[in-house]
This record gives sequence, C-alpha cells and structure tokens, in this order.
Amino acid sequence: MNTDHCPARHAAHDVAVVDDTRPVADPGLEEHVERWTDVNPSAGNRAYRQVLGMLALVPLLSIIFVVIYFAVPRDMEVRFLGWHSNAMHVGLGLTAGLAILLIGLACIHWAKQLMSDVEMVEERHDANSSPEERKEFLAAFQAGADDSALGRRKLIGGALGGALGIIAIPAVVTLADMGPHPGPGTRRATIEKTIWAEGVHLVNDVTYARLKASDLEVGSLVNAEPETLKELEGAHLHIEKAKAAIVIVRMEPDSIKIPDSRRDWQVGGILAYSKICTHVGCPISLWERQTHHLLCPCHQSTFDLADSGVVVFGPAARALPQLPIAVDADGYLVAKSDFTVPVGPSYFERDSRDDFKKGDN
Amino acid sequence: MARPAEVAKTSPALETSTPEKPAPLGGMGGPLGWADDRLGIAALGKKNLRKVFPDHWSFLLGEIALYSFIVLLLTGIFLTIWFRPSMAEVEYAGSYQLLKGVHMSEAMASTLDISFDVRGGLLVRQIHHWAALLFVAAAMAHLLRVFFTGAFRKPREINWLIGVGLLSLATIAGFTGYSLPDDLLSGTGLRFVDGLIRSIPLIGTWAEFFVFGGEFPGHVVISRLYMAHILLIPGILLGLISAHLALIVYHKHTQYPGPGRTEKNVVGYPLFPVYMAKAGGFFFVVFGVLVLMGGLMQINPIWKYGPYNPAQVTAGSQPDWYMGWVEGAVRIMPGWESHIGSTTWSWNVFLPAVALMGLFFTLLGVWPFVEAWITGDKREHHILDRPRNAATRTALGVAGMTCYAMFWISGGNDILATMFHVSLNAVTYFMRVAVFVAPVIAFIITKRICLSLQRADAEKVLHGSESGIIVRSPEGGYSEAHVPITADEAFSLTQHERAEIAVPTPNLDDRGVKTKGKRVSGLRARLAQWFLGDEIAPPTRAEIEAARHRTPTSPDLPEVEADEQRELADRH
Ligand code: HEM
Ligand code: FES
Repeated sequence: MNTDHCPARHAAHDVAVVDDTRPVADPGLEEHVERWTDVNPSAGNRAYRQVLGMLALVPLLSIIFVVIYFAVPRDMEVRFLGWHSNAMHVGLGLTAGLAILLIGLACIHWAKQLMSDVEMVEERHDANSSPEERKEFLAAFQAGADDSALGRRKLIGGALGGALGIIAIPAVVTLADMGPHPGPGTRRATIEKTIWAEGVHLVNDVTYARLKASDLEVGSLVNAEPETLKELEGAHLHIEKAKAAIVIVRMEPDSIKIPDSRRDWQVGGILAYSKICTHVGCPISLWERQTHHLLCPCHQSTFDLADSGVVVFGPAARALPQLPIAVDADGYLVAKSDFTVPVGPSYFERDSRDDFKKGDN
Repeated sequence: MARPAEVAKTSPALETSTPEKPAPLGGMGGPLGWADDRLGIAALGKKNLRKVFPDHWSFLLGEIALYSFIVLLLTGIFLTIWFRPSMAEVEYAGSYQLLKGVHMSEAMASTLDISFDVRGGLLVRQIHHWAALLFVAAAMAHLLRVFFTGAFRKPREINWLIGVGLLSLATIAGFTGYSLPDDLLSGTGLRFVDGLIRSIPLIGTWAEFFVFGGEFPGHVVISRLYMAHILLIPGILLGLISAHLALIVYHKHTQYPGPGRTEKNVVGYPLFPVYMAKAGGFFFVVFGVLVLMGGLMQINPIWKYGPYNPAQVTAGSQPDWYMGWVEGAVRIMPGWESHIGSTTWSWNVFLPAVALMGLFFTLLGVWPFVEAWITGDKREHHILDRPRNAATRTALGVAGMTCYAMFWISGGNDILATMFHVSLNAVTYFMRVAVFVAPVIAFIITKRICLSLQRADAEKVLHGSESGIIVRSPEGGYSEAHVPITADEAFSLTQHERAEIAVPTPNLDDRGVKTKGKRVSGLRARLAQWFLGDEIAPPTRAEIEAARHRTPTSPDLPEVEADEQRELADRH
C-alpha cells in the first residue's frame, strides 16, 4: 500500500498527463496551506489549552453527576420558564451529556487544530482480483473438485443438496406450535365469536352498571361491554374486550333508517354497534350527534349509525356490525344474540357476503 | 531497543542531524510483541493504521447512524436489567401516584419503575428512544447522500443492498421497541400491525395466529417482541453493520471530485491519528447530544397514556415518525375490498401498508442494477457524482422524496384539516391526487434546475464567474466583468465524463446477417436516451481555448493561483 504525503503540484502533473482527454487537465493536489495554529505559536498554545480545559471539565461534571445521584431527593422538581421536570433526571442528563460532549469536542479540536493537517494520498485498486489470481483460484477449485470425486460420482452432490433441503422441513415444522392453527373450527371459536349471547346485559364499560333504556337520552352515546366480561381477567379479558366492546346510541327513531331485517334489533331508537373499527381494529370513539356519524380516530373512517353503520368516508370497507338488542323484564338492555358477522378488521377467510351493505333491507 | 553501533553507521538516519528516536510503544517487546506473536497484528496494522479517509460533512451521516446504534446497544442493555417482558396482570404499586392501584401488564409496570423508581432510569429510557429516532433518521439521510452522489455504483452495489437491509431492520427494530412498554399508544400500534398482518391474502390469519399465539392481543406477543427487539434484530444489525463497514474498508471510501482526486486514489487524512480522533470524537458528540436530549426533551411519557386497553384509544395518536408515511398511505387509501366467494381480500389495508413497504424497499434494492442496465455503465466509480451532473437520477430521487413526503403528510390529515380549517374529506381527496402528481412536478422542476446548473457550470468554465462589478465601456455599454476561475475549480467543473448513450443493435447487420453477442434492445436505448439524453456536455478543450482568446479580460484561464476559491470541492 503506497501511502505518501501529499505530492507537490508538479509531481501530481504526472497524473494529469494520463487524463489528457479531459477538457481541463488535472492540476494535481492543492498546495498545503499552513494552519494558523501551526504558524502562530500562541494560537497553537491556545488550542492546546482549550483541549486541556475541555477535558478538565469532565472529572468535574462526573463528580457533580455522582453527587446529584446520591444527594438530590427523588421527588424534587425544577421549574424554568413554565417548563418543569424532575430535578435529578435533568441534573443527571445535563452533567453526563455535557461531560460526554466535551470529550468529543476536545478530540475533534485536537484533531483539527493540533494534529498534522497534511492530506495524504493512497492508491486504490480495483475491487476485482488480478487475472493471475483468478486463474489460480480456478485451478485451486478444479483441484479441490477433482479431489472430491464428484466428477465421477455425481450423485453425491445431488443427494447432499436434497438432504440439506429436506432437513429444513423438520426445522420449519418445529415452529408450527407458535400459535393455534386457525382452521374453520378454531376461527369459529375465536375471531368469529364474542362473549355476547342471548340475555347478556349491556353494562357501562367503566362501572359495569347495567343500562336501562329509559336512562339514555336522545343523542347520547354510551361505551358498553357485556356484563360477562367482569368474570374474566388477564389475557382472556383483553382478548374478549378487544372484540366485545360496543357503543350504544339513542337517536330520534324518525330520523334514522332502519331496514326491515333489523326492525327488532333496536329498542325505540337505541342501537348497539361494535366499537371495533372494521378497518384495522381501533376502538372508535368520536360521535357527532348532529349527523349521527361515528368517526374512527385512527384513520378517520366514518360510519353512519343512522344507516346500519355503513361507511360514509375513509379507508374502512365494511359497515360496523350491529348487535341485536332488546330490554328485559326490568327495562335493562340485553343482547338478543352474538353479532351476526365477525367484528373487527378483515381477514382472508372471512365470509363477508352477509355484511350489511348500503341499500340492503 | 538501542541499535548496535556498526549497523547505525550505514543507516541513512545518521545523515540527518536529528538524534534517532527510540522505537515507539517501547518497540515490539512487551505486550505488543506478545499480541503480535499470537495475532500478527503488526502486519495488519502496518497496512491499515495509516489508511486514508476522505473528509466531507456528508460522510458523517452514516457515522451518526453507526453511533446512534452503539448508543442504542449501551442504553438498551441498561434497560434490560429492569424491564420485564410479561403480559401478566399486576397492580401498579410504584411511586407514580396517579396510577397507583391500576391494573396493568408487568411490562408496563416495569417501564414505570424504570421511569420513576430507578435513578437515571428515565434518562436512559429517553436517550434510548431519541437514539432510535436518530438512528433511522441518520440512516435515511445517509441513504439519500449515497443515492444522490451515485456512491451505490460499481463496486458498491452490495453495500447498497446491505444498507437497504439495515434500513428495513432499523425500522422493525424501532417498531418492536415502541410496542414493548404495553401502554395505550404501543397497544394501539400493535392493533394496527395485527390488522396489517391479517390483511395479507391467503396466509394473513395464519400469520396473525402465529405471531400473537392466537387471537389479538393474547399473552405472548410482548415476550416475543422482546426477543426480536433485543436479540434477533440487533444481532442481524450487528452482523450487517460489520459487513457494511468491512466493505467500506475494502473498497475505500469514495471522494468528491477535485484537483488531484482520481479514480485511482483516495485523498484525505490517515486513520491514525486524525480520523480516529475525529470519528471517535464525533461518537462522543453524538452520544453527548443524545444524553442532553434525553435529559431535556420528554419523549414517550407512557404514564400519561396509561396501560393498554383494547377498548380505548387516545385521539390523535401518532406512530414514531418513520412509520408516518405508511400511516398516511393507509389513511388516504380508498376503502377497497373484494369479497370473492367466502373470502375477503382487504386491498384497503394490504396495498398501502404491506405492499407499499415491500415496493419501497424493492425499488431501493434494485435501483443500482436498473441504473447500470440503463446506462450500460460497467466501470468502477470512486469519484462521486455531483448531483446536478446526474440530472435524471437526481430528479428521480427528489420525486421519490416528494412522494414519501406526501404520504407522510397524509399521516397527519386530521391535523392538517384542523390547522387550515378545511374539511378532512377535502384534505384526503387532495392527498390522494398529490401522491401521484407532486412527484411528477418535482421531477420536472428538479431536472430543469440540474440542467441549468450544468449550463451555469459550463458558462463559468468558459467565461469565468460573475464578479458583481458592472463596468461601463468607453462606448457607453454596460457589462459585468467576469473573473477567471482557478484551475482547480475549472477541473472540478469539467472532470465528469459523459456516459455514452446506447443505440439499439439492429437485428441484422450490414450484410444482412443476424447480429450476435450483447445486444441493446430498443427499450433500453429509449431509456438510456431518457436518462442521459438531456445532459449538458462540459465544454471541450478547444472551446475553452477559444473562449480564452475571445475574453481578453481573463487571460490565462486555468493557470492562475490555485489556492483561491475552492468553494466547489467544499472540503475543509
Ligand atoms: C442503518 C444503518 C447504517 C449504518 C450504521 C451505516 C453506516 C455507514 C458508514 C459509517 C459509512 C461510511 C461513511 C459514509 O459514507 O457515510 C457507510 C457507507 C455506505 N453506506 Fe451505509 N449505513 C447504514 C445504512 C445504509 C443505507 C440505508 C444505505 C443505502 C441503501 C447504505 C449504503 C451505503 C453505501 C453504498 C456506502 C459506501 C459509501 C461510499 O463509499 O461513498 N447504508 N455506511
Ligand atoms: S382503524 Fe378505524 S379507520 Fe383505521
């Protein structure tokens, strides 16, 4: 590796001759200009002191860091022009950050001001090997191939390749237990079913209080869950909640379109819909009582709850599933059945022929 | 070790007046010799210690990515000491009052502990998150630098591919990390991913069940994400980064054009000591800045979001910035879905998320090969292109950036609508058009700018640069005096070679015989014409010669003071 100090201009002209086809000949490397810190001793000494000064601050900041760590009360606050934060957190960040930064700045200052700034030239070589090396490589390969006897006993190569290929199958199969297999039966028992069932009470999603039809005002929206959710916990709770969450809305019966097939799914203008967006499954939350639109905060799909939950805007493709409801003997809202179609985002095996489409009756 | 006197007599060192220095590092005895006996480090170091690296600010972008990665490893190890990747439900009993007694997963509770009960824990958590954002940002800026300067050309195509792999993994690494604390935002993000996975035709449901161990959210996904986040992905990243750096050492870094810079050399500072000090120092600068950011700028305050609840969502929830463009694509996509027999094909999710990401990384990956095929350029390139000199490529790059930006902006369509008081629907319809039209406009404008810059360069070489001084001639005419440019600048402006534009090989040659060998198809010739056809050739030697005689104010054009005006090469 030919490493040279920067050749003077005249020397570099040799290169230019080679490049004679260029419109302007290569003038060769610039001449080295002396740096201020090299020609002026006091400037050099100043840079030296600056580097030392920066490095000297590092132990100081480190000590302050340790003091803050042990001495500052955990819950002390700092306030500064309306901004506030935990005192220890900010103290540790400032001292450590500055200390680390100073090490970096000192090194760079040293490199730029005090180390030699003479540029060097190194030759490059093509990435490829020389023709001789290629020839030698091929010869070595040939020798190895001959030694392997593959030339005469060809089947070994194929057999080995096949064996290596097939051994991947057991390896992949060991991953088959990563999750249950979503065949039709499993799907029916999981993503195509929720814990809603006939007679399950609709309850407030925070207090678990049963909801009375007469308590709901026109225009209001209540987030609700099935009462049976209360018995679940942990992962089970989350899984079921992610499917069973609903919104209950009460609208003026005259102002909404109720298809004949869904006449008895509602109680005097009280309707229940899945809260899980049919797009990618966000819980929908924004209710515009004037327009009867429900807006998903994630990608703004908008569903018309006055029209069986059809999509009026946004990337969702399917109407929100509606939960058929009724009232029990005491006037509490109950489900009449589970949802009639799977809730939540689409999946390949989902049979979407029965979903409500605008204009269905 | 002192040398024997009789050997020293014949040494040329005697002829200089300086006394001979003792061998550095105490010679090859001691620890160095011990190590060399076993590792042969002297032979290795002899070659590489003074390896030359060119210096330019744009070469720091890759370094920033590298250093953020190191910071991520360091801070990540700290976090693993306390983080518990479990979805088991616990009652929070830490010192953050507002959540006391709330049920949440262990993952969330331990993240709160790190934030409130481990001293310095919040600092490290926030450094880690900022470093993750910087990692992806720097990798992307670095990718743009490599793209616009043509650094991906032969022999660096493999390193470009490794880079594309790094970028995709960096994104996944960021996303898996974002999901770990199991707070409301991260759970919402996971729900989104669940929807994406489900939407994949044929295998979507299976993939969902395999990832989540059954239905969403299940009870295993956090520990699986944890494995991916701290072992699998960093492991692959580490391997790929090592390969990336090894290839840089092997190929040697590219350099910008300038006097004395050729395809056969590399000009810069030696690894030891200058580059080591600069690069090492820069690591500490990046690290220090990240620590300051972690200390002063709040990020991801999960205690404000609360634990994940599948029936809740925070309004205006936004993913980390690098997922914003996918989010935007998903938002503006029309609600297309096909119901074929008893199956559902969820184009509205699959196309803008899964397919678009796939397309993005595929396009990036194949570009070096597509460009080489179009231009037919098989040479090695170590001198970087100035972006203006590859007008079509630069224009394509800007078009790509514009498209990305339009998607990204769409990710905030609700924010835009409220900010400009227009309806959300209007913003969405506008963005649907903009993602296709804006890149075309950007392409046309960028190409024109590049070509006029090329023209301006040619002009400058022929007539010098504008001095800003208006002179009045004795006849009364006004003109601006031009100052001749230096030989260095003239060289830098004209050194790039123009690739030849391929012409289609005729099917039959002159004698009516079918042509054999490598052929140029009509399509390729047309593409080459489109790609290279508009470039302005730098003035020829004869034109420069002629211009010099015509412009009496600038005699001796290139042969003036070489050290003036080096603004072009922009090295320091
Ligand atoms: C994600 C983490 C990445 C890291 C840590 C990284 C690191 C680096 C470093 C330190 C350099 C040398 C300095 C420089 O030129 O900036 C470099 C060069 C390079 N990188 Fe990356 N990089 C990353 C991603 C990428 C991406 C996304 C691409 C492109 C798709 C890419 C393509 C290249 C190429 C082609 C070179 C050689 C450049 C030249 O010699 O001019 N890298 N990388
Ligand atoms: S999840 Fe509701 S719009 Fe995307």
